[in-house]
Amino acid sequence: MYDFKFHSAFSVDDAAAKLAAAEDGTVMAGGQTLIPVLKQRLANPSDVVDLSGAGLSGITNNGDSVTIGAMTTHAEVAGSSDVSAALRSVAEGIGDAQVRNRGTLGGSVANNDPAADYPAALLGLGATITTNQRDIAADDFFTGLFETALNDGEIIKSVTFPNATKAAYAKFPNPASRYAMVGVFAAQAADGVRVAVTGATDCAHRGPKLEAALSANWSPDALDGVTIPADHINGDIHGSPEYRAHLVVVMAKRAVAAAG
Amino acid sequence: MVENGIGASLKRKEDNRFLTGKGNYTDDINRPGQTYAYIVRSPHAHATINSVDISAAKSAPGVVAVFVGQDLLDDAVGGLVCGASVTGKGGEVNKVPPRNVLTMDKARFVGDPIAVVIAETLAQAKDGAELVAIDYTELPSTVSTANSDADGAPQLHEECPNNVALDWELGDKAAVDAAFASAAKTAEVELVNNRMVTNAMEPRAAVGEYNSGTDDLTLYVTSQNPHVHRLVMSAFMNIAPEHKFRVVAPDVGGGFGSKIFTYNEEAICAWAAKRINRPVKWTSDRSEGFMSDAHGRDHVTKAEMAMDADGKFTGMRVTSKGNMGAYLQLFSVSIPTLFHGFLLAGQYTTPAIYLEMRCVMTNTAPVDAARGAGRPEATYLLERLVDVAAGEMGLDPAEIRRRNFIKADQMPYQTPVVQCYDSGDYHASLDMALKNADYDGFGARQAEAKGRGKLRGIGLSSYIEACGVAPSAAVGSLGVGVGLWESAQVRFNPTGGVTVFTGTHSHGQGHETAFAQLVTERLGVPVENVEVVHGDTDKGQFGMGTYGSRSLPVGGVAIANACDKIIAKGKKIAAHCLEAAEDDIEFGEGNFTVAGTDKVMNIAEVAFTAYVPHNYPEGVEPGLDEIAFFDPLNFSFPAGAHVCEVEVDPDTGTLEIVKYTAVDDFGTLVNPMIVAGQVHGGLAHGIGQALLENCVYDEDTGQLVSGSFQDYCMPRADNLPSFDVDYCPTVPIHNPLGVKGCGEAGAIAAPPAVINAIVNALGIKHLDMPATPEVVWRAAQAAS
Repeated sequence: MYDFKFHSAFSVDDAAAKLAAAEDGTVMAGGQTLIPVLKQRLANPSDVVDLSGAGLSGITNNGDSVTIGAMTTHAEVAGSSDVSAALRSVAEGIGDAQVRNRGTLGGSVANNDPAADYPAALLGLGATITTNQRDIAADDFFTGLFETALNDGEIIKSVTFPNATKAAYAKFPNPASRYAMVGVFAAQAADGVRVAVTGATDCAHRGPKLEAALSANWSPDALDGVTIPADHINGDIHGSPEYRAHLVVVMAKRAVAAAG
Repeated sequence: MVENGIGASLKRKEDNRFLTGKGNYTDDINRPGQTYAYIVRSPHAHATINSVDISAAKSAPGVVAVFVGQDLLDDAVGGLVCGASVTGKGGEVNKVPPRNVLTMDKARFVGDPIAVVIAETLAQAKDGAELVAIDYTELPSTVSTANSDADGAPQLHEECPNNVALDWELGDKAAVDAAFASAAKTAEVELVNNRMVTNAMEPRAAVGEYNSGTDDLTLYVTSQNPHVHRLVMSAFMNIAPEHKFRVVAPDVGGGFGSKIFTYNEEAICAWAAKRINRPVKWTSDRSEGFMSDAHGRDHVTKAEMAMDADGKFTGMRVTSKGNMGAYLQLFSVSIPTLFHGFLLAGQYTTPAIYLEMRCVMTNTAPVDAARGAGRPEATYLLERLVDVAAGEMGLDPAEIRRRNFIKADQMPYQTPVVQCYDSGDYHASLDMALKNADYDGFGARQAEAKGRGKLRGIGLSSYIEACGVAPSAAVGSLGVGVGLWESAQVRFNPTGGVTVFTGTHSHGQGHETAFAQLVTERLGVPVENVEVVHGDTDKGQFGMGTYGSRSLPVGGVAIANACDKIIAKGKKIAAHCLEAAEDDIEFGEGNFTVAGTDKVMNIAEVAFTAYVPHNYPEGVEPGLDEIAFFDPLNFSFPAGAHVCEVEVDPDTGTLEIVKYTAVDDFGTLVNPMIVAGQVHGGLAHGIGQALLENCVYDEDTGQLVSGSFQDYCMPRADNLPSFDVDYCPTVPIHNPLGVKGCGEAGAIAAPPAVINAIVNALGIKHLDMPATPEVVWRAAQAAS
């Protein structure tokens, strides 16, 4: 780990100010990605601004939607009765207990790891990301490999998930890392059928073919015969593009079956 | 009956400190004035080193010293050694390419150490390391086990033309050819034994400390055999003479073979501590461990079986290549040859066996012994081949095994591949395993699973291994450069407590408990009064250490023999005190008794008398402290039958081990709970190899692809079933305690049991390890 200046932020505005004052600063949420990266000297920020004291934790359910503070940990989401079963299952499937006790919703969303679970849930439920600058629809947020719509200095405050009629997440974990080799979130969401896929490509995305088939017939059988072309699908020592493409359909069926 | 003696499932004495954070591991050791070493490693698989510029690093803040290979040569420090000289085809002994502690001419694998930066803090050492400027010319690399000996492959060492370190053969080729020529049926399988990284929970570490006042050098190191570490570093590397060199292997968190060997970083810490006259610490991080610990297995093999019309094996032919990595580590070529070839008979009467093994050098980390070391490779190919043979014959896998088993009344049994088994009842262990696994009920379970869309399969593995290494003369004649006896010292303290010094080393096996139980059984002293000391060359006599499941069958016998010397001396003392003839003294359960009388003296009283010899037999030395060295007459041959049952999800290729049944013959169990734990751990290792673990190098770049736990998949609890473990013991005629080793059995037995079960589930001939979801899914697709 290289040396850096460490700051504790006491509010989002305080964090934004400290970040703005830094030469090459970064914010830290739960640190479950940032700290390993720092330890391996793969990043060399001048300043790290810790958000844990910025008052961004908490879950509120207003009956139509649930709003989760950016610094709410995966364990808190997984254990919350204010959160839908589908979203709880996403949170409780992330990493291990230690990661879930430190890792946060906002950190995961802002990092946008191609194999992270939360991006699929945000896309699958049509969530809205609220930052210190604006509201961003999930559909507009995840823009590429570790890339998001966040501007420099923009900090996620919370994410609002509209209630869905039916929803479930089916994850095929990488046997080693337990990240999603393929994860599919399928929902009868507020604005219709939504199916989101993570792990398969460089960025979580919606699956139009899957959505079309399920809009016509909300049933696993509706996906019989649907195939996903393997171009643009990730391949590595754990799974070829062809295998992952196959898993997208299998996991989509399982998500629909689990959603009921 | 002695309480807490042999057969008691005593809770482990050492667990109190391990479970409460009170262990003392190498990285816990900090010495006054300590510095920190960081190794500069090659990022290239193969490259000429044109120059190494350390000037900027030397002047970096906090940097104490920077060294390159020449600095060690200037101090006449030798290179790392290979302790094996195995005679191959044409009487040619394996080549041993030289290996400097810090490589100077070329880098030959990703992670090859080139320089070391020593600084006041680890962070400063890392900062300094970034300033070491190395000019490389990248060379084409070769990592393939199968193809590195091909014409035109990049060459690693001048000493090894075509990257061949050894061409070895074993057995009667003509007899095998004749068996195939006259065979009624043959079976053949080509398979890969995947490369593994052992990944002990505790990474390797070393702390060197030099006392300029006494000229004593101390090395704290993660070692399975501190005396051997000292011997190698002293005799071959010239780091310090043995009598001025102390090697301490304190608590060690797992070894699995990888901590047998003497490594570059350890030699650097020992040597540099004297050179800079300050303690030097190095602790591997996990990434360094992946790239620089010795790896295990990595064979590509073709195996063939000739059979008569009844499915009796008449000949077996194995053609194989073993990957040695970029340099020959300590045991290296002995593993794919001696430790592999000598087990190819398995539990069967196959009369003629021929193995050709080529040991190839590649641009990968060195490959050496890893839990099982050669025997898992032999068992895997044999037990896979037997299942393929059963398929060819249309026989049930259990039936073809029974037709070919060596019978219990044939013991001792001389195999055609050197080993002479001393005991075993393979029919009995298979019968017991099949019963415990409800083999007969499998069909119903398979049908039920099919109704749930799952493919259920069952697989057998009838394994034998040779452990408890071993008779010194035998291993010496085969080219192993040391004797493999073991030592023990049993010391009564004046007040009756017993301190046992063992030459073995415990890195998780529970010796402190099991050995104490042995002493309790033998001497009748309460187990809490027995303390087992190991791991320090300054405490106790020379010993050979722990590997090859040798600690109990070899080291345990040494302890028992030292106890017997204690008893023999105690009889003289007791006879004097009890005013009886020595021949009339009987010993049992801690008491010396005059036969036929109630005159008795407890061993603690005898010990006190030995140290306070006011009333003492003439001509007997004071003190009660005995030493014994034991050189076994044969290996120990644990064997057994394992049954694995799996369910495959054909949609994804994921599978669950729904039942795993182990029946093992370990002879007498000293502590059944510890034995079960060893079996569980071995099975996790073997199942990990079968399903999850794979060390992958990129074929084009030579980069280590599986360089972290993100990509290298270790088995976790949820990958494993609750094991059904049982025993079917026989009495080994060569072991005075009747014990056999148990530490490696699970890792040896499990891989073929698991793969045979998957193959059975899918109705296919073969699939390679690791049977990852995609591998299984593709096989299921192809089969359906």
